[in-house]
Amino acid sequence: MAATTAEAPQAAAPRKKKGAGTAAVKTPWWLYVVVAAIVIFCLFPFYWMINISLKTGADLTNGSAYPPNPTLKNYQSVFQNGDFTRALLNSAVVSVVTTVAALTVGSFCAYALARLRFKGKFPILALVLSITTFPAIAIAAPLFRLWSDIGIFNTWIGLIIPNLTFALPLAIYILVSFFKEIPKDLEEAALVDGATYFQAFRKVVVPLAAPGLATAGILTFIGVWNEFLFAITLTSSPKARTVPAAIAFFTGSTQFERPLGTVSAASVIISIPLIFLVLFFQKRIVAGLTAGAVKG
Amino acid sequence: MAEATTSVTEAGPQQTQRRSKGLSERRLAFLMVSPSMVLIALVAAYPIGYGIWLSLHEYSVRVAGLSRWAGLRNYTTALGDSEWWAAFTHTMIFAASSVTLELLIGLGMAMAMHAAFKGQGLLRTTVLVPWAVLTVVTAVMWRTMFESPLGFVNTLLGTDTVWLGEEPYALIVIILADVWKTAPFMALLILAGLQVIPSEIYEAAKVDGATAWQRFTRITLPLLTPAILVALIFRTLDALRVFDLPFFLTNAKSGTSTLSTIAQETFASNRIYGLGSAMAVLTFLIVMAVSFIYIRTVGGNIRGLAED
Repeated sequence: MAATTAEAPQAAAPRKKKGAGTAAVKTPWWLYVVVAAIVIFCLFPFYWMINISLKTGADLTNGSAYPPNPTLKNYQSVFQNGDFTRALLNSAVVSVVTTVAALTVGSFCAYALARLRFKGKFPILALVLSITTFPAIAIAAPLFRLWSDIGIFNTWIGLIIPNLTFALPLAIYILVSFFKEIPKDLEEAALVDGATYFQAFRKVVVPLAAPGLATAGILTFIGVWNEFLFAITLTSSPKARTVPAAIAFFTGSTQFERPLGTVSAASVIISIPLIFLVLFFQKRIVAGLTAGAVKG
Repeated sequence: MAEATTSVTEAGPQQTQRRSKGLSERRLAFLMVSPSMVLIALVAAYPIGYGIWLSLHEYSVRVAGLSRWAGLRNYTTALGDSEWWAAFTHTMIFAASSVTLELLIGLGMAMAMHAAFKGQGLLRTTVLVPWAVLTVVTAVMWRTMFESPLGFVNTLLGTDTVWLGEEPYALIVIILADVWKTAPFMALLILAGLQVIPSEIYEAAKVDGATAWQRFTRITLPLLTPAILVALIFRTLDALRVFDLPFFLTNAKSGTSTLSTIAQETFASNRIYGLGSAMAVLTFLIVMAVSFIYIRTVGGNIRGLAED
């Protein structure tokens, strides 16, 4: 989904003002009701999936809101499934390589756009942003043929390249806004002290931009990890299939057995690391996601 | 020429010294930007160009690799195909309803999150759960809830609808699943917009005797409009590309085919490359038209970033 209109981290700043004036006001009761409703709305589907994942046999179809005989059997069969563990490896390799490549190449481009004086920045940024809105189908259709012709259909590299199409512009766009936030003085001081532009970039800007790099990295990683269209179209066997595609084929191949218990268990397993990521980097993710909308 | 202007603005003894030690600014900029531009040309521009080329040809189903020039025939076939138009309609219904519902629910959630200073952190984390969950996992969830013996929906409503296999219902479930996954994202975008509205404005309005509803319609909404507009267009772009949910939940059957699923099915499953590519290019053109509006709306942002 490549979910961002990410623009700049300044959303965090004005937040502090808030609360000072409202602290004296008591939270009205209906607000608790609304808050409870939001929490249920967000978490109930997840609860139902966990419920299903703990049921087997006849329990699966009894429709009860809790598992009468909770069992981890579904989880066991997920890990016994070689295709799923292979998919985890495929997903890890594709997501990590794509993210690292996008951040490395993108950070140079973003630095130049944020800091150096040259012509044509506006068209470059507009191009970068418009690529993040490309429909993946327009890339997948030609690559489906091209990859067979050059022999990288159903391989890691065959997935990394199209993922980079979206990951690189996304990383550039997030990083430009973060690099812009770093005070110019520090860099200028380094330049006055005799550092070259490249040294100023490597020794001053990169360490200060670490939070921005982390945000861009997390959002890129989640985007690639979630990618489905390429994963379905450009693979043909578990050899290169990533987790989302593997989950889809779990059901596809055994349509008459409906292994939804196992599929639910697999879904719970792969959601856990993502939920921890959100818990730990909540502020960063929100700052990356929201700042674009604020400035409008 | 540009060199001259730079040396005027940067005149100073140290500056000249450092220039001799390092690369010139424009040269360095060129070196730093070009790897990304080359990569973008390879991974974005080339495939799009090749896709257009494919869409202008016809491919033999019997002899692999045999093709001939078809002009715009694939496009006229696609545009004359009632199934393509059905997919187009489903996509538009999906985009309009999911984005509208997401906006309304997201706005409500954002207002609550803004007001609830107790437990705001908990709320923000909770709200990120649907966003972080994979789209395919979202599909699994909604399947477990709606598919008859496993789910509770039929029991709850006292119906025996085949939710994922009947015509208007399948699309409704897909819309609901999308709303669940992205309304919280919308809420976060709107919340960020709410938080930059200075509280003094509200205080002043209160002093002047404005009711809560007046404060909402006269202050909150107008000041939120830019944030909402960006979020709306951004979500519309996403909705027009929808693929995962219909592919997984209904196999794009039962009235849930979309612009992306029909193109994918045509070239990947049926191996009709020319027509499939034409459908992909049509999707590209539709999305790019909306994207153009998007880029124009956030044009100020980009210009701000492009400033020296």
